[in-house]
Parts: sequence; structure tokens; C-alpha cells
Amino acid sequence: MSSPKKPEQIHTRIWLEEQEPDNPFAAKTAFCHGYDVYGELLGQARWTEMLYLLFRGEAPTDTQTRLLDTLALALANPGPRDQSVHAAMCGGVGGSTAAACLMAALAVGAGQLSGGRELFLSMELWNACGTDLASWHNRFAMPADTTVSLWPAPAHPPGFDPHGVSTATPVLQTLICLAEISDAALLPWLQAHHLDLETAAGLPLAMSGVAAAALVDLGFTPEQGEMLYLLLRLPGAAVHALEQKQLGYKKFPFFSIELENDPAGGSP
Amino acid sequence: MNGPDFLQQHTDRLKSRMGACFPGERAVFRGHDLHAELRDMDWVELFVFGITGRRLTPQQLRLLHAIWVYTSYPDARIWNNRVAALAGSSRSTPTLALAASLAVSEATVYGGYPSISAFDFFMRTRKKIAQGEHLEEIIHSERQTRRIYGYGRPITSADERLPWLLDRAHELCLDQGPYLRLAFDVERVLLKDNPLLRMNYAGLVAALSLDLGFSAGEFHLFRFPMTFAGMPPCFLESSQETEGAFLPLSCAHIVYEGAPKRSWQSRTAQPA
Repeated sequence: MSSPKKPEQIHTRIWLEEQEPDNPFAAKTAFCHGYDVYGELLGQARWTEMLYLLFRGEAPTDTQTRLLDTLALALANPGPRDQSVHAAMCGGVGGSTAAACLMAALAVGAGQLSGGRELFLSMELWNACGTDLASWHNRFAMPADTTVSLWPAPAHPPGFDPHGVSTATPVLQTLICLAEISDAALLPWLQAHHLDLETAAGLPLAMSGVAAAALVDLGFTPEQGEMLYLLLRLPGAAVHALEQKQLGYKKFPFFSIELENDPAGGSP
Repeated sequence: MNGPDFLQQHTDRLKSRMGACFPGERAVFRGHDLHAELRDMDWVELFVFGITGRRLTPQQLRLLHAIWVYTSYPDARIWNNRVAALAGSSRSTPTLALAASLAVSEATVYGGYPSISAFDFFMRTRKKIAQGEHLEEIIHSERQTRRIYGYGRPITSADERLPWLLDRAHELCLDQGPYLRLAFDVERVLLKDNPLLRMNYAGLVAALSLDLGFSAGEFHLFRFPMTFAGMPPCFLESSQETEGAFLPLSCAHIVYEGAPKRSWQSRTAQPA
């Protein structure tokens, strides 16, 4: 006689569900890292507290909540010029599904220019160099990592704006505000030394660099920070996609194209 | 020129050598009129032409077809396929299902990363051998710092796809390239250390693609829909079932291993 097959199971340290007495497929209670979500957190905890709890496994302090809340606001809308939002608007204007608009924003906003991967690499840089300016100089002088990866080779130091001239005002405003809140090491140091860092990098600081410092200060790993950054930039993508859907394609630029090898020698 | 001046040069106007649509008239694809010149291409041929700008021989195209066909498994347990099936079960759209499944296929444990890593390893190794290094030393040194992808498989060391693809490559006289020879040489060295490290599909496909002249970037693009044909059946089957019937999880399926129950009200104000 064969022994009964071991049931398939998913292991988690995050979420506990207890079933309704009449239905094993319906949860009566749900606990997030030990806290009763619908019995206690609901109505008492804030969205950013829940975010922090989900990722870090512990409740944030008031300072951490305020810092994450402020960062979330700063990242909520990269604006319609941002390439990830542009991608979402391409979805919206053509009447693509809501998920497709967000998937477009995620795919484009995942990369090494202002995207999730840049944030990840910038957090790694913060972890490696911290508040030691000499380490930053050394890292900038090192040749780019050529290890094969799913990602292309980085074209600029992560966290800095490859096309910038000086620190953009919103980047500076965000840095000042976050540094004022943070009780950790990096943000206050960055506020004091951002000009030194920019000189070392040869480029102005970007929003991703400030966000990376904030997320390290909040105790997130680069993997967690990348996920959060992708999530927190989606609201802007969503609303701009919806707006272009409403405005219609006649108001959305199609741009001109110069074909360099047209067999008929024309241009559309 | 850099900064805003550089960006200013690129505003409002796209310069391209890849193609354009002339609405109501014609379309140009990599310098060719799509309808007048390329209309008889098969889809994979056009896809590869779009990536490489080169036209492959019928034999090379048959090999590329085989690479895709032999690893398209409509098994909805496989992680990327499971995404398509879950989308069907939850009544999402076919396009969202398939796009997400393909995106998930660019993975580290399987799919994208092992393929391009094997490709990169073969490229670097052949270059080092040409510079006078010995294969055994290269492999030994590589294994000190990283895993060599393209060899070994988690569940079984045998790869059922290999004999079929090797047969097809042989039949098409495309099995005599230097990278395929190198791939087998590497396997011989690895097997001395570990009999489980037989060449896998990622290794074979990488070697064959190198012998076809793909660059790393071209290969990354070519290999992306490799398992695609297995996905629509997974979506279809679960979408034809009762909604939510695809591998439903009860509360008992979830094993909680985290913090014990605690009160939010009485939490400490200590950072994590």
C-alpha cells in the first residue's frame, strides 16, 4: 500500500491565515508578521506602516513611517516626461488594458536610467561606500563591472543624472526634507556632502540616488528597495495613462521620423 | 556635446535605420519594403532578420525553429507557464497572460540568465584558448569564482531535448562549429569532477547560436520567446475550466514560519 502523498505547501514568514470553519479556501483571519490585519491593523495602522511591516517584518518607528511616507510622496509621480510614464501613456492613449499600462511603466521603469535597476545598484553603492568619501572616489574610478547579467552594462554611476547639469530643484528639495526627518546616517551626510559626491561622479545627483540613500537608511536591502521603488512610482504612471485615454490620440504626439535607409528615398 | 544640448538634439524627431510605417502606402523594415520584398519570409526568418539584419540560410532557420520547438512544453506546473495558467484561471486576458509569462521567463534559475551566461562563458573561453590558455585551467579558474552555466540540471542530469536538437543540427550539417566542439570539450572536463554536470539545453543552444554567428545581444533577443509555444495551451486549458479551479490553495497549503501573534497596540517603538 502506498503512503499518502505529502501535500504541496508554500512556506512563508510573512502571512498566516486561519480558515473559516465552513471553508478551507476562505480565511477567517490574516496575520502579517504576527499582527492581525483585519482585526487590529485595519483602521489603526497607516498604509506606509503596513508597507514597512510587509517588507521588514517589524513595525516602523514614527520617524521611519514619516520618512517612508515622505519618500513615497516624492516618488509618486515621476511626471509625463519620465520614460516609464511615457510608456504608460502609450498604453492609455491606445486604449490598452489597465494592467498593460502599468506593465509598460514597470518594464520601462525597471532599467538603469532612473529605474528600479539603477535604484538597486545605487543602494549597493551606498552599502559599499556609506559616508566615506574616499570610497566613493575609488568606486567611481573603478572600471565598470563587465560580469554578464540580464541587464546591460551600466552607462553612468547609479544614482546620478547622466544628462544633468546641476542638482535639479526637486531632487534637492526631497533630499533636504528627507534628511531633516532621518535619524540614520546616510541622508544627513548626503545633504552635507552632495556637492563633493557630484564632483566625484562628474554628474549631478538624481532622485534615484536620494531614494537609494533613504531606503538604505530605512533598513531595506537593495532587492527590497528595488521592489518598493517600482511600486511607489506607479501612481503617476496610472493617472497619466488614464488621462491620455480620456484626451485621445489626436492630442498625443506621434513625432516625426527620419528614415536613413529608405529604399524609396522618402520620409513618412 | 552633453547634458541638455545633447538631449535637445533628439527632441521631437526620431532617426532610424530600422524602419518606419508610411500610412496608406508602405512599410520599411531594415531598409527593405516589407510587403514588396520581405512578404514571403517566414516569421522566424523575419524575427531574426529584425535582430541581426542578416538573412539566414534555410538550414540555419530550420535549426532555429527546432531550438524553439523542442523546448515548448505546455506543462502548466513550470513557473513561467504557470503564470499563463493562473491568468486564465483568474480570467485575465490572453495578451496579459502571455506577456507576463514571457517576462517571467527572463529568470536566473532557468531561462534567460543561464542561456546568456553559457553564451558568455563560451565566448570568453574560446578567446582565452586562442590566447594560449588551457581549457582545464580556464574551467578550474572559472569555478573558483562562479558557476558555469550550461551544464547540470536540478532534477535529473539528463536533458531529453539534447539528442533531438543534436540530431537536427547533424542533419542540417550545422554540428561542426567550433563552439559546439568547445561545449563538448567543456563537458568532458566537468564530467571528470562531477558526473551530473552534463550539458543542458541552455549550453547546447548557446553553442549552436554562437556557431551561427549571433552576438550576445542578438542571442538575448533571439532566445526570448524560446518557450512561448507552450504557454497558450496552459492559458487556454485553465481559462476553459471553472474560474479559480487551477491549483487552488487552501489555508492548509500555507505553512507559516514567521513571528508569533502579537498586538499592534502594544508594539515597541524600536526600529527593526
